[in-house]
Amino acid sequence: MRKLLSSHTVEARLFAVLLLMVVGLSLATDTFLTVANLTSLLNNNSVNLIWAVGLLVVLVAGGIDISFAVAASVVQYLTAQILGYVGGGNWVLGFLIAGSIGLGLGLINAALIHGFKIVSIVITIATFNAFFGLLMFFTKGRSIYTLPDWWVDRIFLFEYQSASGVWSELHLSVAVMVACLVATAFFINRTTTGRQLYAFGDNPEGARRAGINIALMQAIAFGWCGLMAGIGGLMQVNIAKEVVPNALYGRELDVLAAVVLGGARLGGGKGTVFGCVLGVLFVAITQNGLNLLGVSPFAFQMIIGATILVAISTSNVKIDLSSWFKPKSGQQSRRVDQ
Amino acid sequence: MTTMKRAYTALGSENVFLIGALIAVVIGFSSATPLFMTPANFGSMAFQLPELGLLTLAMMVPILSGGLNLAIIFQANISGLALAAVLIHFGGVDAGYDAFALGVAAALAVGGISGAVMGLVVAYMGAHPILVSLAMMIFLRGLGEFLTKGGDISGFPPFMETIGHGYLWGIPIPLLIFLGAAVVWHIMLRYTKHGFSVYMIGSNIQASEYSGLNTRRTLTMIYTISGMVCAIAGILMAARFNSVRVGHGEALLLVTVLACFLGGLDPFGGFGRVVPVVLALCMLQALSSGLNLIGANQHLSTAVWGLFLIGVMAFRWAASRLHLTNRRRS
Amino acid sequence: MHPKDEKYALRMKNVSKRFGGVQALDKVAMEVKAGEVHCLAGENGCGKSTLIKIVTGVYEPDDGTEIEVFGERISSNSPTKARAKGIAVIWQDLALFPHMSVAENIGIDELVGGRPRVAQFKSIKTRAQGVMDRLGVSLDLDAPLSSLPIAQRQVVAIARSLMSDARLVFMDEPTASLTQSETDALLAIVRNLSADGVAVVFVSHRLAEVLDIAERVTVVRDGKLVGVYPTEGMSQSRLGELMTGHMLESEVRARDKTGSDIMLRVTGLSRQDQFENVSFDIKRGEIVGITGLIGSGRTELAHALIGMTRTDQGTIELDREVVRPRNIREAIAKGIAYVSEDRLTLGLVQPQPIADNTVTSVLDKILGSVGLISSQKKNDLVDGWIERFSVKIGETSDAVSTLSGGNQQRVVLAKWLATNPKLLILDSPTVGVDVGARAGIFHIVRELADEGLAILLITDEITEAFYNADRIFHMADGRLQAEYDPHQTSVQQLEERVYA
Repeated sequence: MRKLLSSHTVEARLFAVLLLMVVGLSLATDTFLTVANLTSLLNNNSVNLIWAVGLLVVLVAGGIDISFAVAASVVQYLTAQILGYVGGGNWVLGFLIAGSIGLGLGLINAALIHGFKIVSIVITIATFNAFFGLLMFFTKGRSIYTLPDWWVDRIFLFEYQSASGVWSELHLSVAVMVACLVATAFFINRTTTGRQLYAFGDNPEGARRAGINIALMQAIAFGWCGLMAGIGGLMQVNIAKEVVPNALYGRELDVLAAVVLGGARLGGGKGTVFGCVLGVLFVAITQNGLNLLGVSPFAFQMIIGATILVAISTSNVKIDLSSWFKPKSGQQSRRVDQ
Repeated sequence: MTTMKRAYTALGSENVFLIGALIAVVIGFSSATPLFMTPANFGSMAFQLPELGLLTLAMMVPILSGGLNLAIIFQANISGLALAAVLIHFGGVDAGYDAFALGVAAALAVGGISGAVMGLVVAYMGAHPILVSLAMMIFLRGLGEFLTKGGDISGFPPFMETIGHGYLWGIPIPLLIFLGAAVVWHIMLRYTKHGFSVYMIGSNIQASEYSGLNTRRTLTMIYTISGMVCAIAGILMAARFNSVRVGHGEALLLVTVLACFLGGLDPFGGFGRVVPVVLALCMLQALSSGLNLIGANQHLSTAVWGLFLIGVMAFRWAASRLHLTNRRRS
Repeated sequence: MHPKDEKYALRMKNVSKRFGGVQALDKVAMEVKAGEVHCLAGENGCGKSTLIKIVTGVYEPDDGTEIEVFGERISSNSPTKARAKGIAVIWQDLALFPHMSVAENIGIDELVGGRPRVAQFKSIKTRAQGVMDRLGVSLDLDAPLSSLPIAQRQVVAIARSLMSDARLVFMDEPTASLTQSETDALLAIVRNLSADGVAVVFVSHRLAEVLDIAERVTVVRDGKLVGVYPTEGMSQSRLGELMTGHMLESEVRARDKTGSDIMLRVTGLSRQDQFENVSFDIKRGEIVGITGLIGSGRTELAHALIGMTRTDQGTIELDREVVRPRNIREAIAKGIAYVSEDRLTLGLVQPQPIADNTVTSVLDKILGSVGLISSQKKNDLVDGWIERFSVKIGETSDAVSTLSGGNQQRVVLAKWLATNPKLLILDSPTVGVDVGARAGIFHIVRELADEGLAILLITDEITEAFYNADRIFHMADGRLQAEYDPHQTSVQQLEERVYA
């Protein structure tokens, strides 16, 4: 554990801060540490977490994806159209359709990045504009409210009524989120392909020389991100009960901020699913705490932004207590590559 | 050397390529609709271009230095808000020129300070500019929502209307402001010590420091100046819409990055010039206006912009491969 | 396997490779015996790396090339095939993965190839431990690679090659960034490998090392084979001649400068953990050498002189004035110039034009009347220095990275001389510069000294200090140990002191 924390200092530090926040909020308010509040936190952040682990895979592989949130909107719209065409469908069909469309959009990114040898930020900003523009053009900005019942009906995994009569519940999206998290963690930590992704993000030239298939790595990273975008999109409809073409526009940067806050490295080779969870929860609990403390909702974003700014500014400050106690040895200063 | 070749070298391959593409776009739309080659169309283009143009200039220098500034839109909004606050304080519609001058100073200060904070964090804490500006973006967006409660601020003096919609020497005033800024940018990047340092830092910040360049001051300056040009864009937006709303122009954020890449900026920093970026902006504007005239909406032009960037990148890729094979053959 | 097959790990004949108009390799031959330590020597760009890349399947050789690995003819090659045949390369940049664990770095080849599957970390760790034991080293297998110093990363790279049962290992400049004791440890490992029956092909520009470790040396020049020589009885200067094709200067140039004015006087300079009580002086027109190994405090001393780091104690007097630069800009203003040991990442901004690199430290000198950069002044300044140092360039607008190491170093010198310094600090000025081009650099350095510049030459190439400096200090453990007059000593004596 100590080793894990020393090699993942960002995660460790964030975890400590998060614990402090949880303890502080539990003491300061009597509403934070309630089943109702915690379940609604999970319900409200499940889609963000699904996207976060998708984006994580791309970041680990050394890329960045700006287009995933609008890709999720495209998935929602096309899925609604196809389901309407086949006359309803069910969850299995929904996952298949949304997953494949998401995967396809991710693979478009990968193909362009690899085919034309262009950095991912340029390509995904281009596809961001293309996806969103085409979606708005063809939908004319109109939302869809008539959706199959199975898609918009709430499925409860857990229901509980407290003594005071407050209902707590966990939605299907939480289960899907947990599945996505576990799948992603298993994939990037335990499989050979996952480790190749880390190697590729860490040192692309070294990976090439080791015989790692670069095109395949790009396809897997962006494909996975697309798949998560699709699944996240599907679940978001289950929560919102409608398809609004521009509803997810702008979410990409919020998710990016949370993921990077959780220790994923822009430039590749570093990042964990645990860190993603911490990053998303940090933002969510900050907002939730402010809400419970009675702070004006208009101030939430401002405070969250300032907190992230402080977190980023201090994340490079080394807190190394051990060196205070150790006698200074004749170690020389060496430039450390980041 | 033939005249053609000489012109090619003098202009640079990037510019020739972009001018060619611009001409193709103009010819294409002119043949598609008679409305394109009209003074009215060019007039409206001249009024639409400057905002995106100024914001692109604000984005450009951070990219050249190897970073990015994702906060530009909200820096512009908050600066506009500062101007609005001063104007409202001095009587709103009745505010005078001195109040306006004070408001502009306040706007520039707000833009400059928000930029300076980012610059200092990037320069002294070594944090990644994408993260710092992303956090600043979230902060400023929140600050704006907090201050305006999501509403519009309006009621400006009538002369603001002139700045947003008037002409000087027959040229739209916003366009004059943008062209002025572009010329200043060109001079700054090519002929000042600061500009020189920007390119060097963009390629290798450590080697720049070892060569005696003041890299920290340069980074701080880059983001401060970027914030100040955002403020100018914010003032212009306030004048054009006669109101300030936080979130206004949000869609332009990634378009500015797109324009920079289209203008040939190296995504890793260190290379890129002002003139090709201005040409790229003209092209984006021509595409958007042209599509508008043939009946497509703004969203289609967003899509076309994205597809166009991919097309240009693919073309550059093909051209460089061709160049390589030619060299290998000779 | 047949014993005859086992005799040679590698036999190559008629190896040719053409890139467009350039004949990179022209009918080169090479033979490496099983278990032999063989050296491949040649200047930068002579075709060494092309040869390695052909053997390891990165490049396809031209028709007519014959390659036999362990007695087996190779008709088609690829990195994967080469690895399967027992060939491994340890690249100069190591090609490792800094954020992954040591175990994963060693076992990366187990994670690559084949169907996607669950990674067997346990078996990888066990096997990695086995390899470590075989090498006689112990490293924390779970630590991220980035936590290890360069020397240990080198060991990781070697362990990685052994994981795939390599029997022919190429090492490309493995000691370039190692200290002497680390180098010794590495050479011991190489000897172990050789005793184990693994053939090692060593590529290095450090001639002393080459002669120390290898049994035979294959010399390549301009893509052609010069010959294969036993190292027994070979001298460094002879090997240098074979590599460059011409005689190298070997005349001691030291002059007595006792009578000249003192330009730099350092008294009792100390910085915790880096150097202690360092005192010396440099006269006008004098070249003072400080030789010592990496980690001796020599580069740290230079960094303190240019204000990159603070000092705890002591004074620096330049031209009879006490200076205490807080950053490199103040040092430049006082007349101190520093040529970094790391030209690729610190010395030059590689992708930017030659002209811009030349003027970076003197921007104030090229400003016109309105405070803007004057192209005219810039071009004049750049052209002047290019001519003065006879830098071979195409256009001044070309990227510095297009130049050879020697010409790049001339650009670095131009950049610093343009600041009009009183003291020039040269930190390992010939790293990555061809043997033949080094003489040219020192020719310039001596000319500068003759013009009255005080020069501090920091180097671990003892011959360089010996032939070029007027006085030599030996630095070790952060202290100046002793002073030598090249006329009163010999290279061998110095080497014994430094490497003791």
